[in-house]
Amino acid sequence: MNYQWDWGAVRESLPYLLDGFGITLLATVLGTLVAAVLGLVVAVLGRVPSRLVTVPVRALTEFVRSTPLLVQLVGAYAIFNSIEPLTIGIAVLGIHYASYMSEVYRAGIDAVPKGQWEACRALSMSPRRTWQAVILPQAVRNVLPALGNYGIAMFKETPFLAVITVVEMVAQAREYGANHFVYAETFTLAGLIFLAASYPTSLLMRRLERRLGH
Amino acid sequence: MATDPLQKTTPAPADAEPDAPGDLVRFDHVVKRFGDHTVLDRLDFSVQRGEHVTLIGPSGSGKTTILRLLMTLERVSDGVIWVDGQPLSHMPGPDGRLRPADEKHLRQVRKKIGMVFQQFNLFPNMKVLQNITEAPVNVLGLGREEAEQRARELLDLVGLADKVDAHPSQLSGGQQQRVAIARALAMRPEILLLDEVTSALDPELVAGVLDLLREIAHTTDITMLCVTHEMNFARDISDQVMMFDSGKVIESGAPDKIFGDPDHERTRSFLSAVL
Repeated sequence: MNYQWDWGAVRESLPYLLDGFGITLLATVLGTLVAAVLGLVVAVLGRVPSRLVTVPVRALTEFVRSTPLLVQLVGAYAIFNSIEPLTIGIAVLGIHYASYMSEVYRAGIDAVPKGQWEACRALSMSPRRTWQAVILPQAVRNVLPALGNYGIAMFKETPFLAVITVVEMVAQAREYGANHFVYAETFTLAGLIFLAASYPTSLLMRRLERRLGH
Repeated sequence: MATDPLQKTTPAPADAEPDAPGDLVRFDHVVKRFGDHTVLDRLDFSVQRGEHVTLIGPSGSGKTTILRLLMTLERVSDGVIWVDGQPLSHMPGPDGRLRPADEKHLRQVRKKIGMVFQQFNLFPNMKVLQNITEAPVNVLGLGREEAEQRARELLDLVGLADKVDAHPSQLSGGQQQRVAIARALAMRPEILLLDEVTSALDPELVAGVLDLLREIAHTTDITMLCVTHEMNFARDISDQVMMFDSGKVIESGAPDKIFGDPDHERTRSFLSAVL
């Protein structure tokens, strides 16, 4: 094998890829926000002492967790065909990861000692205030690094958005690669950009984990 | 909205019965079962307003369960608990019969009661000052300034005026327990429950916390129910000592009587083992 590596293609495709990277980043940040908020809501709803609430919530999260992201994207794209693809992509990524993050929150909530609930009760605090002021701040602190790692995982799954016509970085790489027949260069470049973005982020998460030190 | 996981199943309804005047707390045939295990067996006792009552007895005899029932951390399996003439565990239904209390009723009656725990249970995500002001501001509706003013006075009382801005994790066990006492007092409870409050402390820190509680007992009119293994402390502050064994009060009376000349052989053997 004697492949002629084309540095010119690397240089010329970079602006296109960075263009796509903007979309990748946007989808990741907004998707993570949706997942973090929705996951928290799901985790708290799972605690409602009524099966009318917990059973449907659990069924929905099981459904989301048990079907592939790709299928969910294509399904949502087919159903909501009047909505902008990027919006659908962010919503599906958010909902998909919310089902994982809700488990993380659940573990974080379980890790708050029983004595904290009892102290709230002994002070006659309302359920709302108990969650808001005592339980969630401690639970979220416990799980912040784990949530961050799901954010990084989502970042690396954004190329799936290409199947619903969202032109993120990998789609740009493929397009440029196809037009100029320089797949190896553009895909390598895309991979390196992913690496350059996610490796420092996961280092940051590890440091955060150590600093919160439990 | 979600509620916490402490909520237990509701017990069977009981008949309404007015309590005797002067009783601030009255247990009326109270039964508490955990599964097949009966922790409290048709327990009757009452506590007068301003009285200091100490519950003594071997571990597992149900002493702590009494405090937890009063704090509504557990629900009774049968019988009725009265607080200040109101049923705590129950509320009057439309037909005049008592039915198990709902959360709203519990919260209302519970406001009269404060509790200090063996494990302190301070909120680690708040500074000392916020630990004390959280409930007065958000439950009693006090203004923030008034609540902080009172919190500083209470910290002064417990000897930690300089720890206002500390986090609980920066304090020793004894200091944390003092903050927990200040936090409970900030709610101006009529009844203060003390659940083995020195059991988790290093030996050299016990005396300071007990001295503080003695001072509170002697300078306030708060009714106190206290589970403790510190017999000298019990003798100092109690008006009434109740000896528990296997879910029943086997003997109760003035501390001089219980510690000096108990009627029951079980009390005698327990005291000789712990004194």
